[in-house]
Amino acid sequence: MRYLPLTDADRQEMLATIGVSSVESLFRDVPPAALLARPVDLPKAQGELEVERALSRIAAKNVSAGSVPNFVGCGVYRHHVPASVDHLIQRGEFLTSYTPYQPEVSQGTLQVLFEFQTQVSLLTGMEVANASLYDGATACAEAVMMANRVSRRSKAILSGGLHPHYREVTETHSRFAGFSVAAQGPDVMGTEDLIPLIDAETSCVVVQNPGFFGHVRDWTALGEACHAAGALLIVVVTEVVSLGAVEPPGAMGADIVAAEGQSVGNALNFGGPHVGLFATRDRYVRQMPGRLAGQTVDAEGRRGWVLTLSTREQHIRREKATSNICTNSGLCALAFSIHMALLGEAGFTRLAALNHAKAVELADRLGKVPGVEVLNRSFFNEFTLRLSKPAAPVVEDLAKAGVLAGVPASRFYPGLADLLLVAATETVTEEDISTFAEKLEEILR
Amino acid sequence: MSGWSQALSGFGAGKGESATISGNRALQIEEPLLFEQDAAGRCGVDLPEPPAVSDRLGGLGRKGPIGLPGLSEPQVVRHYTRLSQKNYSIDTGLYPLGSCTMKHNPRLNEKMARLPGFADVHPLQPQSTVQGAIELIDLLAHWLKTLTGMPAVAMSPAAGAHGELCGMMCIRAALDARGESRRRVLVPESAHGTNPATAAACGFTVDPIPADARGRVDLAAMKAKLGPDVAALMLTNPNTCGLFEGEIVEIARAVHEAGAYFYCDGANFNAIVGRVRPADLGIDCMHINLHKTFSTPHGGGGPGSGPVVLAESLARFAPLPWVVHDENGFRLIEEAEGPAAESLGRLKGNHGQMGMFVRALSYMMSHGSDGLRQVSSDAVLSANYLLAALQDELTPAFPGPSMHEVLFDDRFLKDTGVTTLDFAKALIDEGYHPMTMYFPLVVHGALLMEPTETESKDSLDRFIAVVRGLAQRAKAGTAEAFHEAPRFTPRRRLDETAAARKPILRWRPGEREKVAAE
Repeated sequence: MRYLPLTDADRQEMLATIGVSSVESLFRDVPPAALLARPVDLPKAQGELEVERALSRIAAKNVSAGSVPNFVGCGVYRHHVPASVDHLIQRGEFLTSYTPYQPEVSQGTLQVLFEFQTQVSLLTGMEVANASLYDGATACAEAVMMANRVSRRSKAILSGGLHPHYREVTETHSRFAGFSVAAQGPDVMGTEDLIPLIDAETSCVVVQNPGFFGHVRDWTALGEACHAAGALLIVVVTEVVSLGAVEPPGAMGADIVAAEGQSVGNALNFGGPHVGLFATRDRYVRQMPGRLAGQTVDAEGRRGWVLTLSTREQHIRREKATSNICTNSGLCALAFSIHMALLGEAGFTRLAALNHAKAVELADRLGKVPGVEVLNRSFFNEFTLRLSKPAAPVVEDLAKAGVLAGVPASRFYPGLADLLLVAATETVTEEDISTFAEKLEEILR
Repeated sequence: MSGWSQALSGFGAGKGESATISGNRALQIEEPLLFEQDAAGRCGVDLPEPPAVSDRLGGLGRKGPIGLPGLSEPQVVRHYTRLSQKNYSIDTGLYPLGSCTMKHNPRLNEKMARLPGFADVHPLQPQSTVQGAIELIDLLAHWLKTLTGMPAVAMSPAAGAHGELCGMMCIRAALDARGESRRRVLVPESAHGTNPATAAACGFTVDPIPADARGRVDLAAMKAKLGPDVAALMLTNPNTCGLFEGEIVEIARAVHEAGAYFYCDGANFNAIVGRVRPADLGIDCMHINLHKTFSTPHGGGGPGSGPVVLAESLARFAPLPWVVHDENGFRLIEEAEGPAAESLGRLKGNHGQMGMFVRALSYMMSHGSDGLRQVSSDAVLSANYLLAALQDELTPAFPGPSMHEVLFDDRFLKDTGVTTLDFAKALIDEGYHPMTMYFPLVVHGALLMEPTETESKDSLDRFIAVVRGLAQRAKAGTAEAFHEAPRFTPRRRLDETAAARKPILRWRPGEREKVAAE
């Protein structure tokens, strides 16, 4: 077995040192009835070639998004990732290191996290960010639970423009952690007014920008209403590239931002692993979940980094911790940070402008297809269409015709049968748009 | 120029005889923050000019700059290469961090996870276009169920702690379905901090149970705490002292007789994989850290993946989505309906950590059922070899045999003036990542060592020689040298108290000049 360095001679010598005759005797604390006499019923060891062949066959059964015109979004976006990103994250010192608990031999990871926290703070317009959470949906649930701690209240209002997975994860936590959720129905047109729902029990209001159906909204007035009532405004961002073109949540009065960072540096990966971004105001930092890297000095007075404020965390606080979270999404955060470093101010804002321009072209082209209505007055790189036929079978037909046409809203809301969400990133070509429009026209005819 | 000169004079330069002009020490090269290497307009990607369109941002276009620094690709590549060189990793050397399972990460697994058919697939594509992706989840589920003997598995949890959450929520859901409001959860004092934190996050109260003199659950004390308000026992097995809970079958029986559930923390499944099926020990659910037992890379702190195997009594509460297979192929059930009607709901966006699933399955297929058995054998053999070779110089916390890791306390450092922390830092200067320190909490000054099965005997022997040598030095009265350690690292001991007292959690414009001036 190629991964196991011990030889049979080594094993015999080691057993002799231990003073036992066989490995079996080292398992003597296991109840004898539970010890398996032989391997379980699974295939035997295989070489690289055989494993690669078997897994490649399974992979080949999937239509990869890059192989066809692709307009699928809804919180996960296919962007171009520069080659150097994947090269750098595969450096063994990043890939195969643990959580930086020993800072003297982890300054690389710690500096990356400090830089990542700074990037996320700048992008969201917030004061402080953590070292990442599992994904955007879990970050949203953590944001609500943090708002409950800060406000000492337990009722969250969730916008109908919030991604349904984010709503569902928050609802799952609410049932077990004992807080209530007032989730609004789908806000297809982006006209929902949440201010009248806020009362003295409200801990937070959760909105998304751009919303699930694509609308870009100004949440400043909502933020003011929240603050007047002693509640927090949580803004979710599922497409962080939008922050290169749209006013950030921090400028609209957000108290917490929970975002999905996959769009930058990370592949689609069939939905995971991705990377949750989490940012807030300085005054709430001690209620924040997740890891934090902080600046300090070493014994010679040189600048360095450590994990800090760990008295919030489970390994110190146990059942009194702010969250049970033990990891961050380290390698995905690294990929995010490297891609963002390559983009910089000029590249990131241009990337956002490109995405918006592609989406505008797509909307204008699809809007001309008979049987298609573009519902959005505002959007970034994703918007909602009303079709003259149910969207799910149309999407299936388009897939057969070699186009990944977007996500039918009925995948989340069975009642919204005729709505289709479509996204366009910088990876979409004019030819892709023409192909999509032509095939859609054929199918709707 | 300004960034560099500030960075050097402000931060980089060391003191004393070893100071260099640059602050560098040969291969240890000082690296300023990205933000200190900014030049306006510089960019590491080439993107086309966006076509002119009238924007549809609803009047909400960004009004001010973001403040991101501009760097070229060569600068970025050098930046991260230099930073990487300040990290210890399993690729660098033996990483005996107990309970973390730092074993070799095969590169085949990385290659497989990057196949376009896995990496470049969108979770919301029509299911007809992702049959292979759903099949892969189903195949990994089959391996996990077969290795544990359990009938069901929830695949979506994103990490070990997330798996704990999933398991404890399933237990809550099952109790709710029974109409019982049991809320007390028994957790051994030796447990990972995530256990009590998870129980609390699910609305339970935590009742600690003590360890006995043999480092195991005190069975009598545990039984005395059982009662009609007890929801579950959370037990790690092998436990965090590296010992197998030999009375586990009896424990399970007592827990079930009291009407409670048995949550097993599977963090240490690597010690028994292929040799013991947890189902045969009487557990009701267990999370599996794919990043430990099945070697998906730790990545400096994630991403992980924590599938949870479930007994029949809990399976119907498993979170969404479910994978099912019928004559029409593979399918995801994404709503609480049909067979999933009693599902506790969604725990995470999309369908789970697919990239980690591919890596773990690649690892399992490479080892096979025979190789996985050898994995646990060699892991246990190596840990016991450390114990045998160190027991006269260090002080084992408990008699062996150990399982995959071995626990020492700090009695061997008594009256030397050297603490467990000092000992760990001295090990860094010797070229090793330290063992886990001060955990578990049930022994004084814990040193928990996990060598794993991917170290050669030579490597173990060199490590043993170093640990013995350090112990002898400590006893010889060289505490001063230990207090100075580490001396050869990119940074010496860091002031964690100062970091927490006045937190600096991000770079801010002008920060550099301000700190340099102080």
